[in-house]
Amino acid sequence: QHTLEGNRDHTAVIHICLSIYLDRYFQTLYSSLTVVVLVHLSSDVDVIDCSVPQYNNRLDTPLPDVPFVRNLSAEQKKLKEKEKGSWTQLTKEEKLALYRLTHELSYAEMRQGSKEWMTVLGGIFIFLGFTGLLVWWQRVYVYGDVPHTLSEESVAQQTQRMIDMRVNPVHGFSHKWDYEKKQWK
Amino acid sequence: MSLVKPAMRGLLAKRLRFHLPIAFGLALVAAVAFKFTVTEPRKQAYADFYKHYDSMKEFSAMREAGVFESVRPTGK
Repeated sequence: QHTLEGNRDHTAVIHICLSIYLDRYFQTLYSSLTVVVLVHLSSDVDVIDCSVPQYNNRLDTPLPDVPFVRNLSAEQKKLKEKEKGSWTQLTKEEKLALYRLTHELSYAEMRQGSKEWMTVLGGIFIFLGFTGLLVWWQRVYVYGDVPHTLSEESVAQQTQRMIDMRVNPVHGFSHKWDYEKKQWK
Repeated sequence: MSLVKPAMRGLLAKRLRFHLPIAFGLALVAAVAFKFTVTEPRKQAYADFYKHYDSMKEFSAMREAGVFESVRPTGK
């Protein structure tokens, strides 16, 4: 009994130390990260202006607020002029080009999906496996002994007592014991 | 352009008309199956157990095995 208490405290101490250590680690990490982020923002590469309408690829908005290509080249401008006339004059390639000017992805392309799930599932399994290793180490090096009532002899005594008490005699435990022959049926 | 106007109303009613009888039928089948695979055999097992049950004999056997605290085994 004394060793069980001791090992439980030991585990608690390990957990507390680990959490304090991780806290300090993440504090220093966070402060160094904020410095890095501030430096990067001043060079200003990929900032989206959210105060103007934006283009989006969504299944439920077939006509987004703005066309995909805003800055047209000379050729594209000529095509836009031609679009103002009769559409029967447009060739198939021109119609497709006009579509691609206003839309980035077609519905089929939006729906197609990717193989990202394989990566995600693989990552999950990797980390589950790693966690399993940690749990195994914990079981071997941190946990104390199991109670003595799980030893073979103790289990045999418990089983005998259950049979004597006629536990579940209709369907269950004692039903499977043959009381005349003193063995399992 | 002569496309057929799609159904605009009564969509839930149409679905229910089809699925509700199936749902009720399956629920009924599940209940009946449970009755005849679980409850009837269970009732029969209990009836058979207690048909030839000698409670005094069982009690004496348990007493001799020493599981009671109110009566000791005959002997000591």
